Amino acid sequence: MHSNNYVTIYTVIMTLIVSVVLAVIVSGLKPIHDDNEAVFKKREIFQAVKDYLGADLDKMSDKEVLALFDKNMQQVVIDANGKPVEGVKAENIDMAKEEKKPIADRQYPVFTFVGEKGTYYLVSIRGNGLWDKIWSTIAFQDDFNTIAGVSFGHAAETPGLGAEITDNPSFPKQFQGKTIQDDGQYVSVAVVKGGIKKPSHQVDAITGATITSNGVTEMLERGLKVYLPYFESLKK
Amino acid sequence: MAEIATQVEQEKEPLFGKKERKLLIDPINDNNPITVQVLGICSALAVTTLVDKAFVMAIAVTFVTAFSNLAVSFLRKGMPKQIRMIVQLVVVAFLVTVVELVLKAANYPIWKELSVYIGLIITNCIVMGRLEAYAMANKPWRSFLDGVGNGLGYGVILIMVAAVREIFGKGSLAGFKIIGNTPEYLIDSTQNAFFSWYMPNNLMVIPASALFVIGIIIWVQRSKNTKLVDVS
Repeated sequence: MHSNNYVTIYTVIMTLIVSVVLAVIVSGLKPIHDDNEAVFKKREIFQAVKDYLGADLDKMSDKEVLALFDKNMQQVVIDANGKPVEGVKAENIDMAKEEKKPIADRQYPVFTFVGEKGTYYLVSIRGNGLWDKIWSTIAFQDDFNTIAGVSFGHAAETPGLGAEITDNPSFPKQFQGKTIQDDGQYVSVAVVKGGIKKPSHQVDAITGATITSNGVTEMLERGLKVYLPYFESLKK
Repeated sequence: MAEIATQVEQEKEPLFGKKERKLLIDPINDNNPITVQVLGICSALAVTTLVDKAFVMAIAVTFVTAFSNLAVSFLRKGMPKQIRMIVQLVVVAFLVTVVELVLKAANYPIWKELSVYIGLIITNCIVMGRLEAYAMANKPWRSFLDGVGNGLGYGVILIMVAAVREIFGKGSLAGFKIIGNTPEYLIDSTQNAFFSWYMPNNLMVIPASALFVIGIIIWVQRSKNTKLVDVS
């Protein structure tokens, strides 16, 4: 049995060594971590317009992604009333943090992708899945009504069920060409079970993932509404 | 008598003899941490949907078991007995954090998919089990080999389960499409793959199926090697 002094000194030295070594590693790798995170976020945004990039997103290197983002993406941040906000970059908006603010104080990112085939307006939305948050980037054509492409992300949906929103490319693909307005009325796009009745505003749900599918419907309904005033101002 | 005893002690231990080889090979088959000791099942259920995920997890666990065994074996004589477990945990937690930080820098998408389960290696019973059962009583080199062996034993089963689940659940192996149609088939029916009649079985993607696959592996192993039947 060792003495109490020995135990105390042993603990202190051990803790010191471990914390110093970890601190060195963390600060040494911090720049790489930040770069990786930025590239990952930008890939996620590009995913919504991947058919219009003129290159295969999965085969693009990190440098190419960053270069294309700087070259072809314009960024605007809007406030809750749809008015552009000066001095904030859209790529620095964290939707998870915005969600915790009061609705009137929230800011929303809008990206404009100028591609060879046209201009696309990308917006970010966030909602609830079954277990945790889900989020999505929606690309609109320049009529601000027709969806050009969608990408989804999720924190912890069930693999094979709710996680199919990202794993199965046929789910986001269904949204292409859907419209969110009907004769000037906002109707959003709904994920429905058992047969589509309004082909331009509905897509098929995922079997066995009712709550995730409903979560997507709710997220689209609530999330896209915020951007309508800004789109109206752009149309003029 | 005393002379003989010192002679035995001085007999040189080979760097990689029969005993050392046994340390490496045994956990892969006859003393496998998953199928024979039935440890580390939790992560085996969770990270075995895709082969590449399982592969990264296997490397991470092998690294942690090997180096925590090595470190604890070096520290075992000076370690205060009252806080033995705490010291072991600090060593394990330290190594797991290092693994997580390095993986986050090396391959961010995989880290994003695995993140929680990399952290949970700290609570993997294989790691603590080997520290208590082996590293606390053996010399560093042998402890290191024991750690590598157990990590590999865990990894082999993990990759086997992941391969079965990915082939039947997604129709692919390590990301390459093997059987069944691609998911785009629903939209573009001109895309056809080998064995296009096969519909990927969603049951295999759900964690419960890993239990069935592990169960079948245990059954096959024990029917081949009957002396394992009553081990656990």
